[in-house]
Amino acid sequence: MLYRENGQFKTSYAADQQILPIVQDRWFMAALLVFAFVVMPFIGSDYLFLSLVIPFLILAIAAIGLNILVGYCGQISLGTAAFMAVGAYAAYNLVIRVPQLNFLIVLVLAGLIAGLVGVLFGIPSLRIKGLYLAVATLAAQFFVDWMFARVKWFTNYSASGSVSPPPIEIFGWTVDTPVHKYLFVLGVAVVMTLMAKNLVRGHIGRGWMAIRDMDVAAEVIGIRPLKSKLSAFAVSSFYAGVAGALWGFIRLGAWEPLAFNVNLSLNLLFMIIIGGMGSLLGSYFGAAFIVILPLLLNQAPAWFGLPISTALASHLEAMIFGALIIFFLIVEPHGLARLWAIGKEKLRLWPFPH
Amino acid sequence: MLALQRNWAVVGLALLLAMGLAGPLLLGLSAPGFYVEVLLGGLMSGVMYSLVALGFVLIFKASGVFNFAQGAMVLFAALAVARMAEVMPLAVAFVLAAGVMAILAWLIERLVLRHLVNQDAVVLLMATLGITYFLDGFGQTIWGSDIYKIETGLPKTPLLILEGLFDGGILVNTEDFVAAAIAALLVLALALFFQKTPTGRALRAVADDHQAAQSIGIPLNRIWVIVWAVAGFVALVAGVIWGSKLGVQFSLSLIALKALPVVILGGFTSVPGAIIGGLIIGVGEKFAEVFLGPVLVRWFDLAGGGIENWFAYVLALLFLLVRPEGLFGERHIDRV
Amino acid sequence: MTRREVGDTLLSVDDVWLSFGGVKALQGVSFDVRQHEIRAIIGPNGAGKSSMLNVINGVYHPQQGRIAFRGKVRTAMDPHEAAEQGFGRTFQSLALFKGMSVLDNIMSGRNLRMKTGLLLQALHVGPARREELRHRAFVEQIIDFLEIQAYRKTPVGRLPYGLQKRVDLGRALAMEPAILLLDEPMAGMNIEEKQDMSRFVLDVNDEFGTTIVLIEHDMGVVMDISDRVVVLDYGKKIGDGTPDEVRENQQVIDAYLGVAH
Repeated sequence: MLYRENGQFKTSYAADQQILPIVQDRWFMAALLVFAFVVMPFIGSDYLFLSLVIPFLILAIAAIGLNILVGYCGQISLGTAAFMAVGAYAAYNLVIRVPQLNFLIVLVLAGLIAGLVGVLFGIPSLRIKGLYLAVATLAAQFFVDWMFARVKWFTNYSASGSVSPPPIEIFGWTVDTPVHKYLFVLGVAVVMTLMAKNLVRGHIGRGWMAIRDMDVAAEVIGIRPLKSKLSAFAVSSFYAGVAGALWGFIRLGAWEPLAFNVNLSLNLLFMIIIGGMGSLLGSYFGAAFIVILPLLLNQAPAWFGLPISTALASHLEAMIFGALIIFFLIVEPHGLARLWAIGKEKLRLWPFPH
Repeated sequence: MLALQRNWAVVGLALLLAMGLAGPLLLGLSAPGFYVEVLLGGLMSGVMYSLVALGFVLIFKASGVFNFAQGAMVLFAALAVARMAEVMPLAVAFVLAAGVMAILAWLIERLVLRHLVNQDAVVLLMATLGITYFLDGFGQTIWGSDIYKIETGLPKTPLLILEGLFDGGILVNTEDFVAAAIAALLVLALALFFQKTPTGRALRAVADDHQAAQSIGIPLNRIWVIVWAVAGFVALVAGVIWGSKLGVQFSLSLIALKALPVVILGGFTSVPGAIIGGLIIGVGEKFAEVFLGPVLVRWFDLAGGGIENWFAYVLALLFLLVRPEGLFGERHIDRV
Repeated sequence: MTRREVGDTLLSVDDVWLSFGGVKALQGVSFDVRQHEIRAIIGPNGAGKSSMLNVINGVYHPQQGRIAFRGKVRTAMDPHEAAEQGFGRTFQSLALFKGMSVLDNIMSGRNLRMKTGLLLQALHVGPARREELRHRAFVEQIIDFLEIQAYRKTPVGRLPYGLQKRVDLGRALAMEPAILLLDEPMAGMNIEEKQDMSRFVLDVNDEFGTTIVLIEHDMGVVMDISDRVVVLDYGKKIGDGTPDEVRENQQVIDAYLGVAH
C-alpha cells in the first residue's frame, strides 16, 4: 500500500538509471541522512559514537572495498587488513613528514598508495584463481605485517614499534570530540559509498561482474581480464587504505603493527558473507553485525543475570560467527542484504498476501 | 607464458633455492655442525608441517574441499587428548580422541558438507573458515583455553651425536626423530590405502567428479565421513606431536595457515607432495630465519628478524607464478 | 526479401590443426567466409565444430595453421583481441552472466566501446553520464529488435531457455561485430522459437550486413538460411559448398548415416 511504484513511470533512461528509482526510497534515504547528520550529534552518547557507530562506519568502508573485490569481481582476498595497514602507515608518515598537507588530501593519498600496493599483489590474479589467490593474499598479509613491524622508517624509528598520530586538523577544524569524529567519518563514508555505487552500476562494475560470473565469456566480449581484475584490486585496496587510515587515526588513536593482523582480514570477509556479497548495503549490514555482536555478548548475559567471563564471551562469539557463516553460506549466500530485499518485496505487496 | 619460458622460471627458482640451501655452508657463514643442526631442525619442523598438510591433501583429494579448518581440528584433537590424559592413560585418551574426531567428521558432513555439494571452491573454503571459528570457540569452551601439556614419555633432553664428525657434535631431539618416523609410517599407510583398497579407489573417483561418482553408486556421504574421519585422525596425530613439543595452545590453530604454502608447493592432491612440500618449507623457513635474517637486518637496519612469518607464503607465491599446480599436482584445464 | 550481395573473403581458415592431449579435435581444416554471407558449419557430434569456432575467436590456440581476417594473418590471439577486431560470439552452453539482469548483460557487450576512467565513473559526472546514456540508447535498440523489452530488468537466470538465447545473441550484437559466430543458436528450441531465431539471424544479416558463421544441427534451418556450408567430421572437412551441393555429397550422407569409416 505504502511502498508501491504505481504511477512512477520513467520517461528517460536517465530517470531509469538513478540510484534510487522509487520515490519512497528517496524519501527514506533523505530522512536517514538528515537523521544521521543533524539529529544524531545531539542525541548520541559518547559511548555510542566511539564504541558503536564510528567502528561501524569505518568497517563498512573497508567492507565495501572487500565486497568490490570479492562480491562484485569474484576474486578472493584474505589480506585486506594489510592494505588497511598500508593506508594507516601511509597517512601517518604523510602527516608527520609533510605536516602542511590538508588531511583530506592525506586521506586520498593514503588510499592511492594502498591502491598501488593492492595492484601489485593483484598481479598474480591473472594466472591464479580461487584458493591459490587466497594464499597469495595471505602472503601479502604476513609480509606487510612484518614490514611495518621491522622496517623502522615506517614507525618513525619508534622504540616500541607503535605509532601515535597527532589529532586531525582540517581547515582549522580539529577533529577531537566524539561528535566531531563521528561527523567526519560519516561524511567520508557517505561520499565513498556514493562513489562505489556509481562504479558498480557503470561499465567498470559490469566488467567486474562479468569476470565474476564467467571470465572466459567476459574475455570473449572484449573485457580485458587483467585490466578489470587489477582495477578491482586497486579500488578495493583504495577503500581499505582509507578505512585503515581512519581506523588508526580515529578509532584506535595509537596502534602497533599487530592492529591490522589476519584476524581483521578474516573478520572483514565474514562481514561481507553475512551481510551479503555483491551488495553495498550488505557491507553495511555485515559491519553492523560484527560490531554489535561482541557488545551484545558482553552485555546481554548481565541483563539476564548470568554474567560470563570475557574469555567465554569471546569463545561464544567465535562459535556464533562460525555457525552463522555456515548458515548463511548454505541458506542465503546473498546474506542479510537478500533478506532485506525479500522483506522489501513483501512490503510492496503489503497488506495484500500476493 | 610459453612452455619454454615457464621451464626457465622453474629452473631459475630451483637454482635460487639451491643457492640458498648451499650458500651458508659454502660461504663459510657458519660452522658445519651448526649448519647441520639448522638443517635437521628445518627438516623436523618440515615433517610437522607435512603432517598437517596431509590432512589438507586427503580432504581435497577426496572431496575437492580445501579444509581451512585443518588447523582447528589439530587444536581440537590436541586439546581433547591433553585434557582427557589428565584423568586417564595417554593411550586411552588417544583412542577416545580418535573417536571424538570421527564423530566430528560425521557432524561436519551432515551439517555442512551435505548442503554445499558442488558449490564453488571459494564457497567451500569460506565454509571451512566458518568451521574453524566454530571449532576454535567450541574447543576452548569445552576444554579450556590455557596451555596444556601432553606427556608422551619420550625423553625431552636433546642428544648429542656425531661428536667425532663435527666439532662439538650435533644436538638432536629424540621426539623429532620419532615424529619423523611416525609421519613416514602414516604416509606409507595412506598411500597404500589410496592405491590398494576399494575405499581408496572410491575416494579418488569422488575427488575427480562428485556427480559422476554418485551416479555409479558411490555413497558420497559415507565417503566424505570416512575421509574427514581419516583427516581427523591425521590431525590427532599431528596434534599430539605438536602439542607435546610446543604445548597445546591456541596458536596451534594458526599453524594450519602455514600448511597452505606446503600444499601449494607439493600440489593439492599429492600425498608425497605434502611431505616434500613440508620439508622444503620447513628447511626454507629455518634457513631464512637463521641465515638470511641477520643479513637483512644488517642491510636494512631492521628491528629484529621474524622472516619465518612470511617466508613460506612468499615462497608459495613465487611457486604459484611459476608452477601453479605444485611439484606433483595436476594441471587444471578450463573447458568452454 | 532482398539479400545483401556477398562480397570478398573476409575470414579464411588455413590448415588448422588442434589437439587436446591425445584427442585430435581439428585436422588440417581450411575454408573461407565471404563478407555478408551466412556460412553454416555442420557435422555429427564431436566433429570439432565448436572447437573450430573457439579457434577462430581465440579461445583455443591451434598447434598449427593460420587465421586471416581482413587480410591480417595470425596463428593465435587472445579472445579479447578477437573481440576488438570485430568477432562476436554466442555459446552453445549459454555463457551468460547469471548474476546480472538482461539489460546489464547486453550492456556488457558495449564495454569494448566504453572508455571513461575510474574517477569519472566514480563521480558519475558529465562524460561518464553521457556515455552511459548513449550506450543505453543503443542497447535499447537491440532490446527492441529482439523483442525482450519486458524482461530488461530480470536477472537472466530466471528467464526461460529460449529468451536466454536471445539475450546471448543481444550481447553479441551489442559489440557491433563485423563477423558473428553463432554456436547452435537454435539448440533446444521448439518450432516457434526456431522461427523467431531464424528471423533474427536473417534480419541481423540483412539490416546490419553482419557476416554470420553458424553451427547448427537442424538441417531445415541450415538449408533455408545459409549461403554456403562447411561439413566437418572427426575433425576433418568433408564438404564445402552451397546447401544443395552439400546435400548431394556422398561422404556427408555417409557421415550422418553413420557408415563406418
